[in-house]
Amino acid sequence: MNIGNLIKISLRALNNNKMRAFLTMLGIIIGVASVITMLAVGQGSKKSIQSQISQMGSNMIMIQPGTGMMGGVRQSSSDMQSLKLEDYYAIRDKTSYIAAVSPSVSSGGQFIYGGNNYPASISGVTPEYLDIRKLEVDEGNVFSRQQVASAAKVCLVGQTIIKNLFPNGEEPVGKVIRFNKIPFTIIGTIKAKGYNTMGMDQDNIVLAPYTTIQKRVLAITYIQGIFASALSENVTEKAISEVSTILRTNHKLKASDQDDFNVRSQQELSSMLTSTTDILTILLACIAGISLLVGGIGIMNIMYVSVTERTREIGLRMSIGAKGRDILSQFLIEAILISFTGGIIGIILGGGASLLIKLVIHWPISVQPYSVFLSFLVCTITGVFFGWYPAKKASQLDPIEALRYE
Amino acid sequence: MSKAIIRLENIKRNFQVGDETVHALRGVSFSIYEGEFVSIMGSSGSGKSTMLNLLGCLDTPTEGEYYLDNVAVSSMNKNERSTLRNRKIGFVFQSYNLLAKTTAVENVELPLQYNPDYTGKERREKAIKALDAVGLSDRLYHKSNQMSGGQMQRVAIARALVNDPVLILADEATGNLDTRTAYEIMVLFQELHAKGRTIIFVTHNPELAAFTNRNIVLRDGKVIKDSANDHIESAKKMLDALPKQED
Ligand SMILES: Nc1ncnc2c1ncn2[C@@H]1O[C@H](COP(=O)(O)OP(=O)(O)OP(=O)(O)O)[C@@H](O)[C@H]1O
Ligand SMILES: [Mg+2]
Repeated sequence: MNIGNLIKISLRALNNNKMRAFLTMLGIIIGVASVITMLAVGQGSKKSIQSQISQMGSNMIMIQPGTGMMGGVRQSSSDMQSLKLEDYYAIRDKTSYIAAVSPSVSSGGQFIYGGNNYPASISGVTPEYLDIRKLEVDEGNVFSRQQVASAAKVCLVGQTIIKNLFPNGEEPVGKVIRFNKIPFTIIGTIKAKGYNTMGMDQDNIVLAPYTTIQKRVLAITYIQGIFASALSENVTEKAISEVSTILRTNHKLKASDQDDFNVRSQQELSSMLTSTTDILTILLACIAGISLLVGGIGIMNIMYVSVTERTREIGLRMSIGAKGRDILSQFLIEAILISFTGGIIGIILGGGASLLIKLVIHWPISVQPYSVFLSFLVCTITGVFFGWYPAKKASQLDPIEALRYE
Repeated sequence: MSKAIIRLENIKRNFQVGDETVHALRGVSFSIYEGEFVSIMGSSGSGKSTMLNLLGCLDTPTEGEYYLDNVAVSSMNKNERSTLRNRKIGFVFQSYNLLAKTTAVENVELPLQYNPDYTGKERREKAIKALDAVGLSDRLYHKSNQMSGGQMQRVAIARALVNDPVLILADEATGNLDTRTAYEIMVLFQELHAKGRTIIFVTHNPELAAFTNRNIVLRDGKVIKDSANDHIESAKKMLDALPKQED
């Protein structure tokens, strides 16, 4: 019997039991649609994390004091005072793989302008910080070296701060705001960057000369961290080991001592985050895959019922000349048709669901061609795999027994 | 004498049920010639269906040899027997065995679908011709659930005819029908016989045996009577003689 006829027979059989065929298909539809949607969500968030990290500066290096003991009490890294300005100078002057470097000290508090106030933290840095973090000045200017040297009470503010302190659309540049009673003159604003992947508002930012924060706000001489950027992404590793060596020499650490600082690169963060989303993707795909499997078992179940129900038909077909392989292909094609059609509908539905997620809740979505191909392949294999056994059983029926079946 | 379509040589068929061996056929030998209309009778359990299954190549004998159209069947494998059934045999069953929700023509076409020699168009033509031969030209596109028992059995007979078989086998083909319809079917069989078809007809009903030209009686798996029927009754006459239905 040729394939065209077999498909016609299977279509008729499915048509005779439309509701059942549809319900069986539903398992496959849901399975395929969820595989596609889940992979699209997983891959979408991975991509957006990657792009945001490169926006944040993919060659950024962060140096923080290590956690350690002070007077027998384990300290959090921000309370450690192991990083000094000398470390900053050394990194600035003695390295060959670092493009820009800035110390960092920060303090949290309340900003006040007129009747408005807003809690935020102020970061003390050098002008290089903006390059390192890929920040851009919108209006006004960055503070100068002189202003850094003289610990001038000037600052740059981000858009969130502007929105909260100047709700009436006043021009912020030139205004004086107060931070913990200390007046700061706004000399520039920072372009909006939006939220990053971890949900942090990148516009909730105030930058001032680090000297000002050290002397006038915190009254400290150490620094809380150092931000640097490697010449390029490729030399990040080299830059990190260079920085480590410099810091170890500066801190007079013996070969057996542990580092009293931490050097991390944005790359590490990036690969950490993407591997987290990879795990997420795999988990989602597993759940979706399980639903596809359940759909496949549904096919098997229904094919069994179908074979049993049609035992007499099988007997009749055999008695008028159908060979075992004719019966086998008839039922196999029926199973494949169910899974195939279900697969196509599932792909359309999965694509639609992905689009909907993108449009309605603005999640980053990226439909993967491979996931479409894969789920299609999987559901066809599912059809063959789960259809095979019932079909084989049908083809091995004894025609006499089958004809007598009640 | 005309050509022997069937030659049975000491056919035995045993069934193993647990430790017990059931001897359904205990050495049956006879020949059936082209154009014969043979009825097979016997009490329940005498082996009629078992024999018909063997004749129809659905089953193989435990012992003995069976020649269909001069071909030894016991040596054939499953697939060869399938093809043999497809080309040389037409079955008519007691319970019609039509495909559900399928039109008469499509039911009749079915055997030809397993024969790659026919195109779709030829299949359709042959099916229509076969339905014409059983007097159902006006029911071609009726589905099986839209027909009476007699009509369904006619469709089944058309299906048995469509591949121009050398042999038509009917196992209690009128068993599910009322007397009048049974006679109608017998009229059809007699017509086919008149056109030269070879038919083997299993029945419980001695009245129906009177319409055939040879009677074989089985008992306990053995042929106890095999005789030519000298005065064949006309089913048509009997049908006409039946009292008309009241309503
Ligand atoms: N598959 C089988 N397994 C075991 N025994 C069987 C099998 N088929 C038939 N028999 C036995 O063979 C004997 C003949 O059975 P068969 O069906 O040929 O009788 P029959 O003449 O057709 O009877 P009926 O008129 O009731 O249809 C019976 O005793 C039956 O029990
Ligand atoms: Mg019987």
